Amino acid sequence: MRKILIAATTAALTFAAGSLSAGAAEKLKIGLVYLGPVGDFGWTYQHEVGRREMVKVLGDKIETTYLENVNEGPDSERAIEQLARTGHKLIFTTSFGYMDPTLKVAKKFPKTFFEHSTGFKRAENVGTYSGRFYEGRYIQGQIAAKMSKKGVIGYIGSFPIPEVISGINATMIGAQSINPDIKVKIIWVNTWFDPGKEADAAKALVDQGVDIIMQHTDSPAAMQIAESRGIYAFGQDSDMIKFGPKAQLTAIVNNWAPYYVQQAKLAMDGKWKSGDTWQGLKDKMVMMAPYTNMPDDVKKLATETEAAITSGKLHVFKCPVVGQDGKPIECKGGQNLDDGQILSMNYYVKGVDDKVPGK
Amino acid sequence: MGLLEAIILAVLAASTPLLLAAAGELVTERAGVLNLGVEGMMIMGAACGFAGAYFTGSTIVGAVCGILAGVGMSAVFAWLTLGLAVNQVAAGLALTILGVGMSGLIGAGFVGERITAVPQLWLPVLTDLPFVGRILFGQNALVYGSIALVIGIWYFLYRTRAGLVLRAVGDNHASAHALGYPVLTIRTFAVLFGGACAGLGGAYLPLAYTPFFISGMTAGRGWIALALVVFASWMPGRLVAGAYLFGAVTILQLHAQGAGFGIPSQLMTALPYLATILVLIVISRTRGTIGSAAPASLGLVFVPDR
Amino acid sequence: MLVLEKRAERSALIAVASPLIAIVLTLVTIAILFALLGKDPLFALKVYFLDPLNDPYSLQEITVKATPLVLIGVGLSFCYLANAWNIGAEGQFLIGAVCGSWLAVVTHGTEAGPWVMPAMLLFGAAGGALYALIPALCRVKFGASEILVSLMLVYVAELILDYLVRGPWRDPKGMNFPTTAEFDSVATVPILIEGSRVHLGALIALIVVAGAWLLLSRTIKGFEIRLVGVASKAARFSGFSSDRLILFTFAVSGALAGMAGIIEVAGPVGHLQPGISPGYGFTAIIVAFLGRLHPVGILIAGLFLALTFIGGEMAQITLKVPLDLTKVFQGILLFYVLACDSLIAYRLRLIRTQRKVAHEVANGPA
Repeated sequence: MRKILIAATTAALTFAAGSLSAGAAEKLKIGLVYLGPVGDFGWTYQHEVGRREMVKVLGDKIETTYLENVNEGPDSERAIEQLARTGHKLIFTTSFGYMDPTLKVAKKFPKTFFEHSTGFKRAENVGTYSGRFYEGRYIQGQIAAKMSKKGVIGYIGSFPIPEVISGINATMIGAQSINPDIKVKIIWVNTWFDPGKEADAAKALVDQGVDIIMQHTDSPAAMQIAESRGIYAFGQDSDMIKFGPKAQLTAIVNNWAPYYVQQAKLAMDGKWKSGDTWQGLKDKMVMMAPYTNMPDDVKKLATETEAAITSGKLHVFKCPVVGQDGKPIECKGGQNLDDGQILSMNYYVKGVDDKVPGK
Repeated sequence: MGLLEAIILAVLAASTPLLLAAAGELVTERAGVLNLGVEGMMIMGAACGFAGAYFTGSTIVGAVCGILAGVGMSAVFAWLTLGLAVNQVAAGLALTILGVGMSGLIGAGFVGERITAVPQLWLPVLTDLPFVGRILFGQNALVYGSIALVIGIWYFLYRTRAGLVLRAVGDNHASAHALGYPVLTIRTFAVLFGGACAGLGGAYLPLAYTPFFISGMTAGRGWIALALVVFASWMPGRLVAGAYLFGAVTILQLHAQGAGFGIPSQLMTALPYLATILVLIVISRTRGTIGSAAPASLGLVFVPDR
Repeated sequence: MLVLEKRAERSALIAVASPLIAIVLTLVTIAILFALLGKDPLFALKVYFLDPLNDPYSLQEITVKATPLVLIGVGLSFCYLANAWNIGAEGQFLIGAVCGSWLAVVTHGTEAGPWVMPAMLLFGAAGGALYALIPALCRVKFGASEILVSLMLVYVAELILDYLVRGPWRDPKGMNFPTTAEFDSVATVPILIEGSRVHLGALIALIVVAGAWLLLSRTIKGFEIRLVGVASKAARFSGFSSDRLILFTFAVSGALAGMAGIIEVAGPVGHLQPGISPGYGFTAIIVAFLGRLHPVGILIAGLFLALTFIGGEMAQITLKVPLDLTKVFQGILLFYVLACDSLIAYRLRLIRTQRKVAHEVANGPA
């Protein structure tokens, strides 16, 4: 037995040595750290789509590696460091909870570039990027106000973090521009990802009389409920038309691919720089799925709003933004709320008849 | 459709996978085997169930595939714990790791795919009855199946000789063996039955509940099923009550949020768990017996002398 | 057919060989699977098991990963030896983290002295112990199953943690994201090896292992625990109270899980946030049984499981296999280890079954 083991070990070692020297071509190694499984069809899946696009565009000039289902706690720092140690020179860390671990590892590997998604701490070799998803929410709010007969939007929230809160507010501001009396019912499911629970939440909303469903959770479960109940819904993260051919009005699509390709090219050319990238409809980091299942005038309105946001004519959080207490929010950005205010939003705007959890 | 009717319908849909998986585990545990791998068997049932339905277009084939997946998983477990006398707790947990991994590999090809859900019963006149119509006569086959399953299990355990033997094996395997009953064979069948039910319970998710597969979609339901067996103190009737209680509180807290009561959502989400504990304390207290309901040989290794 | 037969005495040879057999079986399985996938099986084995042991960084990380597993596992072994079924160590881990963090949060930015960190560990242990006493008391006072109550309390603990970091304890400078402020240096667990993440917790885990071994093998309490587990009736006759023992073992395992929680938060993580545990409380159940409920065995099992996690990550990076495949390997490997383990107490014997015998077996008398 011992002999077999030793023989096996030696053989393994010899092989490994061979394969390592063979694989040492001048490729840019790119690593990605994912929060969920690549097959979640939500947040992580869209990052995976971005990775595949990098491979497609840059081919054998790069080599990519991903680590999936990486817990945001003690495991993430190791996962990021393992990638850095194994020669990955550009590392995307794709969840907010990876912020501090990313910075810690970045300190140890000053020559490696890090891209952290949805965070706000940066360093020489750590840049941040995220999408202005609230821009899409505004358009959805307008469509919802037009399409809802009852004037009530059902909203399935995951966790009350600023991104989700600003999404609710953007929806309401958009909807109020059409129907000042629009109402919203919010259910927090306290998970990003539990199809059964998301479906239950959607049912509860429909049974309580909403006729449009919005979700800020990852799976297409709510879309399917909308389809089977004959009401409308909006997709999240990716185009979910397949799950609601008669229900989906449009969807917010997280489109990371162009950014990933661009940053990979910069890194290859030695031109990568740390920055704060927060792109929306204009740069196509946030995209709208085709406007479907709505009359032409609504479609026209949506298209025009999208064009107005893209051209910069319309800002979603244009001052005055009125809080729940009826008082305008301090306007730090001159004409609009500034980015810091939007990124840290923890209050509802006027018209939301609910309380932000934890406040 | 009235709100109460709608809530009951949602509760039935949410509770059925729990009931199916828990019913199988109940039989397994009644035979004296503790299989903690329910989550792993369920997620495999979900993956294989979806695969079967996706390729054939038949939800019946899907359900059968789910059952077979559960049986296959539990066969591994049975071979280890009964054939090789491996510790049941550790083997069950390892089974869950294996199931989660395998289902992910199987499901990798189905991202973004969907199937048609299991049809719901529709009977002329009856289904259209006010209030009770949809609840009693408008469900899918798996909902009726889960009820029938529990009734069948009750009948089997308490009204048949085979059931009596199974309970005897679970309560005292040494005596049962001395009386000449094939303890390991009976336990093997009980484990396989548990696997079949867990597989079907898992398959219910992509076949009826949310007709698509996503890795990890069981989201801990296997653990809840295990807890429900304990909650039911190994009695089929109480299992139904437990599963529906859990489902009901889950659904009601969502409705309470939609109605905007302003209670922290974390507290609302915790309600089903707290309610289960509370009810268990109340019923345990009125019963006044401590832990006596559990099959006495539960989780113990048995190797017959030869 | 193959049947199991109890060995008259445990075989020392098999005890040593059993892990080796398991490794060889895993080797064969991985070889077959990787050959099917078109990758080199030997290289795969090297990546999984040898690379992590060859590299100081990986060894350090194995220690970091094993620390909470061993701490929790040792505590759980107390419960399981006494036939008390604590399934909720995950919840006790989280509540320990919460209770310890409370001190870090209230002393944040003050001139608090170096007493903070030890006090946090005590708070964490106390919190975990109290949280574990809930299911124990429900069992003792009301006869409610501790399995169910402890499991349900895991979910409740997650939500308590969630509520606190999204609400009252949220870092005011954290852009309203769910996390407390980074703990002050007096509120963090010191690093043992400069430049690594190996922290004081590793040492604490070793002390706990030694202490548990002493307690179980050298004290009356240890004897009581083992006796109740093996023969509860006999224990009752000897005047030991099983109720008190349930409370005791739950408190011990809760305290250790709670301490593991606060060490993790005040060590590798550095602040309180949701998702601080990648399922440590559940993985530790496997660790406890894999270590045969013996403190030293648990230490080895904890390190071994940590190795499979680190190796799995290396496989994802080097071999580009999905995480799910490494989970499958982990499951299979555990099966092999458990199965080979049972060969220590039993032997497999091939018996030739004649038709008649087989018939008899199927129908009754065996």
